[in-house]
Amino acid sequence: MKLSRNTLFFFLGSAIFYALVKIMQFNGILTPYWQLVLDQALIIVIGALGLSIIYGFTGQFSLGHAAFYGIGAYTAGALDKVYGNGNMLFFFLSLLIGALVAGLVAFIIGLPILRLRSDYLGIATLGFGIIVRVGMENGNKLFPVLGGATGMSGTPQLAQFDLIFILALIIILLVRNFIFSTYGRACISIREDEIAADVMGIDTTRYKILAFVLGCALAGLAGGIYAHRYPFLHPASFDFLKSFDFLLIVVLGGLGSMTGTIITAIGWVFLLEVLRVVLGQDFIDWRGVIYALILVVSIIVRPQGLFSGKEFRLLVPEQLKMATGKERTYAGSGN
Amino acid sequence: MPVLEIENLSKAFGGLKAVNNFSLTLEEGEIVGLIGPNGAGKTTVFNLITGLYKPTSGTIRFLGEEISGLPPFKISQRGIARTFQNIRLFKGNTVLDNVRAVFHPRIKYNFFDALLRTPRFTAEELRVTQKAMELLEALNLDKRANEKAANLAYGDQRRLEIARALATQPRLLLLDEPAAGMNPAEVRHMVQLIRFIKEKYKLTILLIEHQMGMVMNLCERLVVMDFGQIIAKGTPLEIRNNPVVLEAYLGKGATVA
Repeated sequence: MKLSRNTLFFFLGSAIFYALVKIMQFNGILTPYWQLVLDQALIIVIGALGLSIIYGFTGQFSLGHAAFYGIGAYTAGALDKVYGNGNMLFFFLSLLIGALVAGLVAFIIGLPILRLRSDYLGIATLGFGIIVRVGMENGNKLFPVLGGATGMSGTPQLAQFDLIFILALIIILLVRNFIFSTYGRACISIREDEIAADVMGIDTTRYKILAFVLGCALAGLAGGIYAHRYPFLHPASFDFLKSFDFLLIVVLGGLGSMTGTIITAIGWVFLLEVLRVVLGQDFIDWRGVIYALILVVSIIVRPQGLFSGKEFRLLVPEQLKMATGKERTYAGSGN
Repeated sequence: MPVLEIENLSKAFGGLKAVNNFSLTLEEGEIVGLIGPNGAGKTTVFNLITGLYKPTSGTIRFLGEEISGLPPFKISQRGIARTFQNIRLFKGNTVLDNVRAVFHPRIKYNFFDALLRTPRFTAEELRVTQKAMELLEALNLDKRANEKAANLAYGDQRRLEIARALATQPRLLLLDEPAAGMNPAEVRHMVQLIRFIKEKYKLTILLIEHQMGMVMNLCERLVVMDFGQIIAKGTPLEIRNNPVVLEAYLGKGATVA
């Protein structure tokens, strides 16, 4: 199959990025600590793209995204901890199961709550997030392996940069293909006007649920990778504040822009760490103030988000460019 | 077989009977006007036909099959399309994507074709894009295909809504005040446009309109509603001279000037 120019540029850009990282690793500029930050950024990219599908493209407000990130992390982490023994195949299987479980849970709770609109949906998903957090804190009463409120460790640390990078690339491409298809257009039409979409023949319930399940499955996948990169899982890593992080990334990046989500996700994770270094140990508590200020200022200056529905060309697949007017080259009238 | 048969349709909102015992039959290829003072229940009839409201009682048959109670998207897929009084486009999308989005139920590739961009996906996208461009061309919007719908002029937005409705391949088209807010020249264009699409796409049309010039000119039959009920039916000429209609619009004692 012939690749379009934009897709080639996408791969070229990715290769350059990869080469830069490798050079920095080789020179020792990229210390293991910053490597960990970079890996975390890529993991957050995957999870944030999930929320981008749900909120940015389909317009369904969710405040419980971190719950699905946590479900994926605990499912994949616990499976691999108990059965894995460092087997790569089982590692991938556990990632897949983590994503599937997150997607399945999203489907079950999505059926009743996706009837709600905007703020009500936000409250329902927020409530679900709290339930999941409580579940994680008390999970050890049912399955001791989950560790409960003291956290879980012991998952084989099989995810490293190369693998996370490739997974992130695959996910970006798949999300792009989804958005630029009839399914993506159906989701966007729901965001733009749900009643009009319904009257124009689009099964809105079905596509709201599809978007929610896909988005949450991506969060679950991101969580599964996280569990294999960070040796210690704790319920506090998956609470409301984490959901809020995902939401910030999607809103700050600009609703309906994958470019915005990806860049803001990476920028956000690095910003938090850079602030930690810049402020030093004595002023670390000011971090919350500074990033809240950055948030307030950027929402005042650019309320539509950094990219507001626009994409870098390399994230737009080959479009069927129809020249308008007389010089059209396509023939016939279809069926 | 009639395209649309509505029998004794009623819709109550609490104590208010928005539509009361409404019956109407549309034959293939007719243009029928639905007129009446503000608040008479005309748009409620449209909302009942398209499934946005469930009828309190009565039946709606489309091409011989009962459709009342079906969800809106299924009614649309059977071949009823509409426009809205207060334009409801997918505003943030391009003009082209407004039309392409509603091809969705008739797309012939599946989810995995889309994710992997298979040849089947590419061929089908090309077909849909061509069909959408043909529609835009027919409605003289093709040069605006890549603009955001929200940036179109008012008249263009009205036409885009019609283009989008036609993309669902309807047999019956419901137009809710297509000429609202237009000047006389624009109204004349709209009349021509409606005649043109009716012939080209073999449509039956039910039209709500306040511009009397338009309904008198375009419709073969008129149905007049007031307070949720039909108060008169007939040709434009008959309606124009019907004292009951004049009373509904202008109050008692009015005569034709």
